[in-house]
Amino acid sequence: MSNILEVKNLTMHYETLDGDVDAVKNITFNVKAGESFGIVGESGCGKTSVAMSLLQLQAENGKISNGSILFDGQELVGMSENDLRKVRWDGISIVFQGAMNAWNPVVKVGEQIREAMREHNPKSTKSQNTEKINELFDMVGLDSSVSERFPHELSGGMKQRAIIALALSCDPKLVIADEPTTALDVVIQDQILNEIKNVQKLLGLSLIYISHDIAVIAEMTDKIAVMYAGSIVEMGPTKEVFNSPKHAYTKALLDSTPSIRGEKKKLRSLEGEPPSLIDKIDGCSFASRCPDRLTTCSPDEQMQLIEIKPEHYVDICSVKKENIT
Amino acid sequence: MSDNLIEVSNLVKHFEISGGIFSRNKRVIKAVDGIDFEIKAGESLGLVGQSGCGKTTTARSLCLLDPKTSGDVNFYNSESQKMESIDEIDDEGLRQFRRNMQMIFQDPYESLNPRWTIKDIIKEPLDIHNIGDLKDREEAVIEILKTVGLTPPQNYLSRYPHEISGGQRQRVSIARTLIMKPKFVICDEPTSMLDVSIRISIMDLMLNLAKELNVSYLYITHDLAVARYMCNRIAVMFNGKIVEIAESEELLQNPIHPYTKRLISSIPIPDPNYKRERYEVNYDELDKIISNNPDKKMIDIGNGHLVATHDTKGFFIET
Repeated sequence: MSNILEVKNLTMHYETLDGDVDAVKNITFNVKAGESFGIVGESGCGKTSVAMSLLQLQAENGKISNGSILFDGQELVGMSENDLRKVRWDGISIVFQGAMNAWNPVVKVGEQIREAMREHNPKSTKSQNTEKINELFDMVGLDSSVSERFPHELSGGMKQRAIIALALSCDPKLVIADEPTTALDVVIQDQILNEIKNVQKLLGLSLIYISHDIAVIAEMTDKIAVMYAGSIVEMGPTKEVFNSPKHAYTKALLDSTPSIRGEKKKLRSLEGEPPSLIDKIDGCSFASRCPDRLTTCSPDEQMQLIEIKPEHYVDICSVKKENIT
Repeated sequence: MSDNLIEVSNLVKHFEISGGIFSRNKRVIKAVDGIDFEIKAGESLGLVGQSGCGKTTTARSLCLLDPKTSGDVNFYNSESQKMESIDEIDDEGLRQFRRNMQMIFQDPYESLNPRWTIKDIIKEPLDIHNIGDLKDREEAVIEILKTVGLTPPQNYLSRYPHEISGGQRQRVSIARTLIMKPKFVICDEPTSMLDVSIRISIMDLMLNLAKELNVSYLYITHDLAVARYMCNRIAVMFNGKIVEIAESEELLQNPIHPYTKRLISSIPIPDPNYKRERYEVNYDELDKIISNNPDKKMIDIGNGHLVATHDTKGFFIET
């Protein structure tokens, strides 16, 4: 399979009055066509900043200082705003966190989707667009009459389904889903996850799924990247990372997730809190909380992903520890 | 003599909504519609269900934040050593009751007064109930800060909520709750706003404190995995009614009610090798059956595992 997205050494910081915040540090990953790629980590670890930089939708003070983003062979970093408009929604679309609250309350849902379609594909007629919307609604489990309703007439789950239909309206190749179910109830979340999976299979979409919930990531993705304080600390096929996690942070995340299956086990928490990204951290950003810290550990060493098995990458420090123990 | 701390029977809370010209159209929302449960001393009961099923309303009725419509709530009074109905207590009794029953809220960002220091926030209950003199109170604050793991306490006393992180804030909420040495604490999703790596430390803290101080919890959550970790027993709520209640492991291993099955089958499993089977339920039909049969009956199928039947034929009991 070919790569639809190749991100290389992506670095992005926010310029603030108190100094620069390094939100994304030297991140490299690829997404293959038709694959579902997960990014997991705690709040403030840079998950959403990665998603936003892919489409260059980050806040105005967010600056990409290094790296390249190749989408379908096109370089997105440094692309003009005009060209980017063609990539956004036609090539890559995004379902934002809490996007269901972003509907315009005074315009019917169907009209809002048609608006995006008109903008990106001016030639298609209204009836063609309406037909497409009905098709999409059918796919995400909504009745076609929903397009004639206003957002306040819909429940949270219905609004989120319609948002997914909106994200699919211009036939994108890649969909970024940023915590699409966080504000929803467990049962509704389950239905939406199912819908996303079905649509992905049906259309052969590539998906980047961002979440803080390890359990959701386990079910939704083929490959995952674990992020901590702006860096990827471990990346690989989901099953492999879950079965044999290497990095101390990955292990801690897995050990701190309660489950309703299996033995009831004592969960392990992680001491301390994630570092503030405004303080410049040279070397390992996890050192201060790392339960596996060794005396031989040099926290000043730059973080670097090493391939330990095909497609399974882990930060250099865990590789060294593995060799020692 | 039972060792129950709190007994709730047929608790009902209806909200009347009026609309139309001169509010002529009256509609009743049955937020809590006749629920029964009891909690033993030192035990924690999980209350799970979808949003809007009445979990929080139940909690608010219990601690008299919203007056209940009808039903009985009996609370064990440690002074008279017997169960007392909360309808019959006088003002002094009410103060006593409030001291013994505390609540931890969901959002640590909104439940702490931003203009008060941590010391003032934690000390407030002592001031209100007029316990000890100023020096005693300050000592109590320092002691409780140590208990909840905010050490050294001196570093926190004069700080404001915005200066500490979300996890620390929730620890302050817990400290403020426990400084009254309550017997019973209602926790309304206290960890759902916290990050995964911090969540467990708060949950463990609450479990340890329950053991040390013999506190009972009513733990409200929509996450069954969290309820399993925190609670001895779990009650499942649907549209204002408890449909099933059992020991946590028993409920998860052997769910009977279709709604419980649906709820359990919708929880994602943190294991990519496991393929989850979805149990489908027709909600409209379920709702119709339940509301058409107001005389619900809980059947004990052994070991205190109670299941609601909404039908004389025992519709929901599968053999």
